[in-house]
Amino acid sequence: MQLPFKITFWRVLLAIVWLAGTYAVFVRFTEGLGAATNLSDKFPWGLWVGFDVVTGVGLAAGGFTIAGAVYVLHLKQFYPVLRPAILTAFLGYSLVIVGLLIDIGHPLRIYHPMLMGNAHSVMFEVAMCVTFYTSVLALEFSTVVFERMGWDRLRKWVSKIIVPLVIIGVILSFLHQSSLGSLYLIMPSKLYPLWYSPLLPAFFLISAISTGCAMVIFESHLSFRAFGHRLEKNILRHLGRVMLLGLVLYLILKVQDFTTRGVWDLTVLPRMETYVFWLEMFLGSIAPIILLSIKRIRLSTKGLYICSVLTIAGFLFNRLNVTITGIEASSGVSYVPSWMEISVSLAIVGMVVFLFALAVRYLPIFGNPLANVKKITPPANRMTPKHNADNITFDSGTATGRDVLSS
Amino acid sequence: MRGRKALLIDTELCAGCNACVDACKEENNQPDVETTDLSSISYTAVIEKEGVYTRRLCMHCEYPTCVSVCPVGALEKTESGAVIYHYEKCIGCRYCMQACPYSVPTYEWNSTSPKVQKCTMCHARQKVGKIPACAEACPVEATIFGDRNELLKIARKRLSDDPTTYVNHIYGEHEAGGSSVLFASSVPFEKLGFPGNLPMEPLPNLTWDVLSKIPRFSVFFGAFLYGVWWVIDRRIELADNGTENNRFNQHLLDNEQKKEQV
Repeated sequence: MQLPFKITFWRVLLAIVWLAGTYAVFVRFTEGLGAATNLSDKFPWGLWVGFDVVTGVGLAAGGFTIAGAVYVLHLKQFYPVLRPAILTAFLGYSLVIVGLLIDIGHPLRIYHPMLMGNAHSVMFEVAMCVTFYTSVLALEFSTVVFERMGWDRLRKWVSKIIVPLVIIGVILSFLHQSSLGSLYLIMPSKLYPLWYSPLLPAFFLISAISTGCAMVIFESHLSFRAFGHRLEKNILRHLGRVMLLGLVLYLILKVQDFTTRGVWDLTVLPRMETYVFWLEMFLGSIAPIILLSIKRIRLSTKGLYICSVLTIAGFLFNRLNVTITGIEASSGVSYVPSWMEISVSLAIVGMVVFLFALAVRYLPIFGNPLANVKKITPPANRMTPKHNADNITFDSGTATGRDVLSS
Repeated sequence: MRGRKALLIDTELCAGCNACVDACKEENNQPDVETTDLSSISYTAVIEKEGVYTRRLCMHCEYPTCVSVCPVGALEKTESGAVIYHYEKCIGCRYCMQACPYSVPTYEWNSTSPKVQKCTMCHARQKVGKIPACAEACPVEATIFGDRNELLKIARKRLSDDPTTYVNHIYGEHEAGGSSVLFASSVPFEKLGFPGNLPMEPLPNLTWDVLSKIPRFSVFFGAFLYGVWWVIDRRIELADNGTENNRFNQHLLDNEQKKEQV
């Protein structure tokens, strides 16, 4: 029998992960959270909150970063990565919501925060922001679908409101990216002092922005390898610089924070927390800062790729340290996620990758979105950036800021 | 804090008879199983530590963390001082459990429509004028119920009457802004498993300091972003027009030159 698709290693892996994940979700919804997870009264938040929600939202931060750069700051040179970034963010947030629905005890009451919100709750604020921001992302992404379907009037309608839309998206993102850190502000006695800090919201926001840039670099590389899309070298270099800026700012704040709180002595205690803390700092902060400071690495595609992987790994460690490792000591129990928890998280990651690949295949995500822009008369425009990458059309006066906005 | 009710628990008086646990279970229709810690079927537990008996139960904080963190307001601090739970609102996010400084709320982990479970300070009994079941059941008055201020006075008196026995600390008077359950003991509270690293200010303030700034921040940040967009947009527009005008002038100039040539 002829299969409509080739069997590859990754596809087999995806199938296994999905099967396991589906089974785990089935168990969770028929027998309760206790049967599927290793959570307990002493440890109520585990991998599904720590990874699927807190980490997932952070990894999708590329969406607002790039959208803000392109539309608000008019940095048109980022346009070629705008669509993949928004797609990642949209898929990321959608799947965060799926993860949330699996994790909370009453998924059918997901609308409750809308009706009976408690303004004193950070969770309420995060819920509202995620809801609205996912809608914003859906609208931002809808232009791609409209373009593909040839629904020009709808596309133009969204284009008209795109600037306010993006501004709202940036505000919402600033609020909830930082608020994911604020979730833990109320637990000074529970979160280990290496991570508990009044600056948690700032740390979460800054690391989300640099990781958002890292994710765009990372997925540009993967799509390059998987689909052969051209690498926008110049853009990646710009992103590398923004990333470096974020990482340095983060490190400075961290040093300042540790000094004011006087917790440097904790960084040498022979404890589990210390080891993972240094792992996190080395991977996600120190190593990429050193590497990115070297010009040759910052300008090389491979160097940027390695730095983005390091930053993302450090980010993962940070979020899991705050949500899991940092809580263990005060909870008095040790928590290791069950295989069902892990398989659901992996299935969600697999779903994002799968949908991303599907979208890239059927929608105009990569490539040359400005090719169809009607050319306007004035040639040679000194405000438009010049690029080496031949995939970009902004050079030699084809499009100005206004055209990007209306396309 | 007018007329707020409270419980005072004295480990010096407690004999560990578990009468409070039994009464609690009966009052809340929970199965009578051996109880060593809080669970979704035990709102209280008697625990032996350092040679004394102490109780675990909801502290009914004056500024409850759980009430503050619940995104849907499923937890409520009542006038009487009890912190109670409204199941019909709860979405099961477990933030209350995660954030509670005493790790009190428990969850029905093996239910598909799980409830958060915790002591209600017998809110239903209090409404009909009765005192909480545990206080009523205690044969030696190790747990007593009354006005919070009255109980604090009693506790202070016990501490000052017998300073050699008691540690000079009423747990719950100031911890995290104070609670409606108070403890007096002869053993330092940290050794009994009470969190010793709690700030004395209400914990909800820590998030409210940040959350309360959000509306203003959003407005200013939005205005700022719009301003940035407008300034850059305008500059690009002017630059474009500039070149267009130059082109037009150039065009006129060229024409004139042509005419002259003709």
